[in-house]
Amino acid sequence: MTTHHHPPDERTLFERWVPHPLLTATLTVIWMLLANSFSVGGLLVGLVLGLSIPRITASFWPDRPHIQNYGKAFAYVLLVIYDIIVANVQVARIILFRPLKSLNTCWVCIPLDLTNPEAITVFAGTITMTPGTVSCDLSADGHALLVHCLDAPDREAAVRDMKARYESRLKEIFP
Amino acid sequence: MIELAIQYAYGALCLALLFNLWRLFAGPGVVDRILAVDTMVINVIALIIIYGIDQSTPMYFEAALIFAMFGFVSTVAYCKFIRRGDVIE
Amino acid sequence: METFGEIIVSALIVIGATFALIGSYGMLRLPEVMARLHAPTKASTLGIGGALLASMLYFLFFENTLSIHELLISLFLFLTAPITALFMAKAYLHIHPEVGEQLPKPESCDWSTYETPSGNVRPRT
Repeated sequence: MTTHHHPPDERTLFERWVPHPLLTATLTVIWMLLANSFSVGGLLVGLVLGLSIPRITASFWPDRPHIQNYGKAFAYVLLVIYDIIVANVQVARIILFRPLKSLNTCWVCIPLDLTNPEAITVFAGTITMTPGTVSCDLSADGHALLVHCLDAPDREAAVRDMKARYESRLKEIFP
Repeated sequence: MIELAIQYAYGALCLALLFNLWRLFAGPGVVDRILAVDTMVINVIALIIIYGIDQSTPMYFEAALIFAMFGFVSTVAYCKFIRRGDVIE
Repeated sequence: METFGEIIVSALIVIGATFALIGSYGMLRLPEVMARLHAPTKASTLGIGGALLASMLYFLFFENTLSIHELLISLFLFLTAPITALFMAKAYLHIHPEVGEQLPKPESCDWSTYETPSGNVRPRT
């Protein structure tokens, strides 16, 4: 006698065995990178790991992040890498040449239009890696982000820039 | 030319580590010290990589990777301890 | 080709070491904790990136082996740098509640360091 009544599993065989294809692919690639040489045996071990780890840790991944547009996601990564390099040079110049009294450090509050948790995570990470800004905290209801600016003479403009440059793009990537 | 660049890198990174050490001792707060340790880990990773180029062996890569992981985990653990008074709740 | 490789690798090593040095110098020079937090999270990532890229190209040019596992370290550091920065900022805010009172407040509630988020804040759709 079973008291629990499971609904019939409507997933296909592939979906049951590979619940997260992207995670499987990433794990396999990371294993190949760690081995640092290509061999069929290494690829097989990577595939076994890539298939078993998502199944073992399935309870941590209740569902998949939905990336709508992979082309735009790739373009976003390139944009962020470019911004990181620019940010490095800017911060280096501030550290080396700016008199400390002329720095306008301030806290700003960015109201979020994003609702997807993954999108907010990516947005906060991007802000930390780019020019003179570090994301410090999320509001308790998750609708605003606290950002510390190293040098922002105009707070409104800083908020507008970040929202226009990153958030609007993320809104197109994550539905 | 590469030897020269490597010598310069050794000098620069050791100076950077000295700066971090100063910040580690001077403080003035706990967060400063955590930040100093975190930066030290990053500089040491760079130092290990440069040493690997100097010896032209990929053997030190694993050491750098393990350092990166330990640095991340220890920084997060320190911060967690400050905020919650416990690391694993 | 040899000279070209030498120039590129040397330039990357010098750039990486210089940025690492600037990051640490910034941590020494900047006046307050939050400003100091900016220096290492940024300048150091490019420092590491430069050194790793140099290592990759060195093994490609002079040892004729394609070594791409350096990408793994840079990927790891680029993913974890924002997390450590966020944790340190939150620890700072936790230690200094007087700073928290001067922060700009979001509309309906306080920052999550000072106010416990109530349950599952935003249910997934």
